[in-house]
Amino acid sequence: MKRQFHGGVHPHYHKETRDLAIRSIPLPGELAVSLSQHIGAPAKAIVSKGDRVLKYQPIAEPSGFVSAGLHAPVSGTVKGVKPMLHPSGRFIPAILIEPDGLDEAEDTSRHADPGLEKGPEAWKEMVRNAGVVGMGGAAFPTHVKLNPPEDKPIDLVVANGVECEPFLTADHRLMLEDPGPIIGGLRLTMEIVGAGRVIVAIEANKLDAAEKIRSMDLPPGCEVVVLPVRYPQGAEKQLIFALTGRQVPSGGLPMDVGVIVQNVGTLAAIHQAVTMGRPLVERVMTLGGTLPKGPGNYLVAVGTPLSHIIETTGGLQGPAARIISGGPMMGLPLSGFESSMTKGTSGLLVFGARDFRELKPRPCVRCGSCVRACPANLLPYTLGNMVEWDHFHDLEEYHIRDCIECGCCTYICPADRNLVQYIRQGKAELLARSRSK
Amino acid sequence: MTKSVLAPSPHLRSPKTIETAMYSVIVALVPAAVVGTYFFGLNAVRVMVVSILGCLVVEGFVLRLRGRGLSTLKDGSAILTGLLLAMNLPSSSPVWMVLIGCIVAILVGKQVYGGLGYNPFNPALVARVFLLISFPVAMTTWPEPGVFSLSLDTVTKATPLGAMKTNLLLHGNLGDIAHMSLLDPFMGRMGGSLGEVSAIALLLGGIFLLARGVITWHIPGSFLATVFAMTGLFWLINPQKYASPFLHLVTGGLLLGAIFMATDYVTSPVTTKGMIVFGVGCGAITVFIRLFGGYPEGVSFAILLMNSVTPIIDRYTRPTVFGYSPAKEVNA
Ligand code: SF4
Ligand code: SF4
Repeated sequence: MKRQFHGGVHPHYHKETRDLAIRSIPLPGELAVSLSQHIGAPAKAIVSKGDRVLKYQPIAEPSGFVSAGLHAPVSGTVKGVKPMLHPSGRFIPAILIEPDGLDEAEDTSRHADPGLEKGPEAWKEMVRNAGVVGMGGAAFPTHVKLNPPEDKPIDLVVANGVECEPFLTADHRLMLEDPGPIIGGLRLTMEIVGAGRVIVAIEANKLDAAEKIRSMDLPPGCEVVVLPVRYPQGAEKQLIFALTGRQVPSGGLPMDVGVIVQNVGTLAAIHQAVTMGRPLVERVMTLGGTLPKGPGNYLVAVGTPLSHIIETTGGLQGPAARIISGGPMMGLPLSGFESSMTKGTSGLLVFGARDFRELKPRPCVRCGSCVRACPANLLPYTLGNMVEWDHFHDLEEYHIRDCIECGCCTYICPADRNLVQYIRQGKAELLARSRSK
Repeated sequence: MTKSVLAPSPHLRSPKTIETAMYSVIVALVPAAVVGTYFFGLNAVRVMVVSILGCLVVEGFVLRLRGRGLSTLKDGSAILTGLLLAMNLPSSSPVWMVLIGCIVAILVGKQVYGGLGYNPFNPALVARVFLLISFPVAMTTWPEPGVFSLSLDTVTKATPLGAMKTNLLLHGNLGDIAHMSLLDPFMGRMGGSLGEVSAIALLLGGIFLLARGVITWHIPGSFLATVFAMTGLFWLINPQKYASPFLHLVTGGLLLGAIFMATDYVTSPVTTKGMIVFGVGCGAITVFIRLFGGYPEGVSFAILLMNSVTPIIDRYTRPTVFGYSPAKEVNA
């Protein structure tokens, strides 16, 4: 018996790239590896202009616990460390590397534990040294997740292969083409956190991937669960609820209910970090939307300029009106292709002006669609109205902090109200107020 | 250079807009309008056309005055108010009365509060009740339904509920009405407002709205279920004095009210629980007025009364926010 989380929406899932096998993108003339690739403190560069680096060599180290190190994706020369446009729209320092085309790699095998003999503590350290972060989008440093406090026992590991955002198919292809490392990462995670159960969660529009995983040699107690297609099924709290009925408490984390959720790409990265000592320097991403001439799933080195991805796949069919890093529901809007791939870039979507209808924001007609769509059980229209009318004092009583910013309310609103945007504004206002106190 | 829009996420929007909702309701009313025309002839057409045009003109006039441009004329809400008002009037209503209704609906029912989205009461119902109180005779003179005729004369006929009330007052029992066939009101052959007489046409519209996701079952479902259960109870107690619940379901403005008026977005609760409370409240008040009140029919009053408590219902039916219920394991 599966449980449905409340709310959610059914955007057309547009998985047009689902049958396109993963291909590599040739190296660009210069890579810009951003020092801010994850949630938490940016990394600190440990190379400087003129240095020669080998592929996989550390080039930046974590600055604090919630931080992750960086490694050279190629062998080449460091051209400098300077502020570059980041997908967030800000200028953030990045390490510029010019590839030398030799692809000389550092010997990573000395960091590796191919026979899996060293045990969980060593593995955690390896994951940390490899700079692994969550690859589903939020890019949370993985070693932090693998380190739940003693008083929070974990009994369940969830491999998140839901990929509920429309257009994105990178996880789907990964599960289909190379499930081995995913399962390997799953076993490692189970052992690291001491969990006895595993669920691989996949949405029903990827039955082939579910079959593929089922056909593998799975760890004991592992279940492959096919979930109905509904956004935001892949959001951690909603996913845990759908699978187990457990509600992550407000303000809490999955570990508070004994669960760890890892994206399938992250699991594969954990496996590579431990068995090969190989750091996270590349990832699979989906190039999609209506404009790219070469849509597909690509293996791309971290730091690759987005413009290079567009150029080497054949360019665009027309002028881009909307560029999105990530999925269309939660992805970041980009002003152009000037920024570069990060470890969290799950997709690059490009659309033309005709793909969007003109929005006419109007007063709320109280249709209740947003209330029915909200997976956090909030009253989005009330929150939106409060922010619009500057009534900030009641926002907390209406639990604005429990909004996961999934965008379902805005997606569904017939009055074209940008409710999430109001909510983000409200959260920012509350933050500013608590700071000024 | 690319000129990309930096609009925040979500970048996708559902194709449903206020317009699609409004025009869906209008389409859903077409069967009832057709049946009304079939039974009441050109009179019905006249009332509908006058009412819709009247509402559009008043809405346009107010928008002009407020310097809002005429863009919201196109959202369909004024047309819908006009059509709903017409549905709630006898086909014999004189033009001037319909026009007064339009003015009351748009001006008093909607625009004084700030327009669509802000009005606490369903505009068409405000107008209907205003007319009922101001012109009781004209509002309760029901033309006899016949097969389509071009005649503008009217032969009057009581509504089943009205006849029941009269019999009850005069003789203390329901008389023949208690045994009337349900087929006539089901098809539309009974006295009444031009849009409320055919149960089947209204149900068809309701199914269309449910299927398109314009309305949910909560309000009409709980409304009708409450009326059915309560009238059923009284009927079981004393079938001489109280009509069968089936008769109550298909007569008067119940289906029109439950499917098309009570579900008005602006004036009904937004929470799912609240919708059910609202529907039950509408049903209970309807039954009390029908069985014990001075009017034979209570749907309009019931909905208006419940409209007035919608904000309170919304406040007390807030859903429990995710993460505040104790963890419950379902498939350990
Ligand atoms: S963005 Fe926030 S308020 Fe809107 S549906 Fe998602 S959780 Fe609810
Ligand atoms: S979906 Fe939009 S119009 Fe409907 S209640 Fe929510 S904010 Fe209001």
